[in-house]
Amino acid sequence: MTAVYISVQNEDFDSAQEQARLSDNAAVGGVVTFTGLVRDNNLDNQVNGLYLEHYPGMTESALQAIAEEASERWSLYGVSVIHRVGQLHPTDRIVFVGTASAHRQDAFAACDFIMDYLKTRAPFWKKETTPGGDRWVEERQSDKDAAQRWED
Amino acid sequence: MMKVLFFASYREQLNCNELALPPEEQPANLSALRQQLSEKGDDWREIMEDRRTLVALNQTMTRHDAELKDGDEVAFFPPVTGG
Repeated sequence: MTAVYISVQNEDFDSAQEQARLSDNAAVGGVVTFTGLVRDNNLDNQVNGLYLEHYPGMTESALQAIAEEASERWSLYGVSVIHRVGQLHPTDRIVFVGTASAHRQDAFAACDFIMDYLKTRAPFWKKETTPGGDRWVEERQSDKDAAQRWED
Repeated sequence: MMKVLFFASYREQLNCNELALPPEEQPANLSALRQQLSEKGDDWREIMEDRRTLVALNQTMTRHDAELKDGDEVAFFPPVTGG
């Protein structure tokens, strides 16, 4: 049974605290975590800030479905997914994915899978504030390709 | 009522975040809904005909031409860009 923790929130999170949550099981032999940060540039343009919009209700269930799919594909004791929404700035934490398993391979693969699926299946949209004005971030083919590789 | 929601750039382009359709205005399926919304104007048609447009029915992504019924929540949105 995989313990799944999902949160969509405005406030910051503590990566160390989330790692501790995933580590609190004597059967766990490895924890893999990914923390995504807001960069100060995108496609050679300066980025002063980022506004994150989401689809309340669907967002949580989409993240839950991604975590459950990962726990069916790999042997996991714990999955945590935290995604922030609202106004963020460069260096702010934006997303956290953590996976705990008996052996590292399952945790690494599941963490990678969850990030790839999150980027193509979870209803979040980024709007960048740049010196040239605000603009919605376009989808990236590289993100679609990364998600596709799990389906081959 | 049937709810139709729009997010992100679509919400801004259409200047609309939600439509409520009473029973007499409810189409039978998703393709009929797309057609009905296309008739509201050029911006609407552009979004409804864009192959990248994503659709969720009752908060689950769908690509199928699903049947619709009273009480359903349909959402149209551009490709997602989280993470």
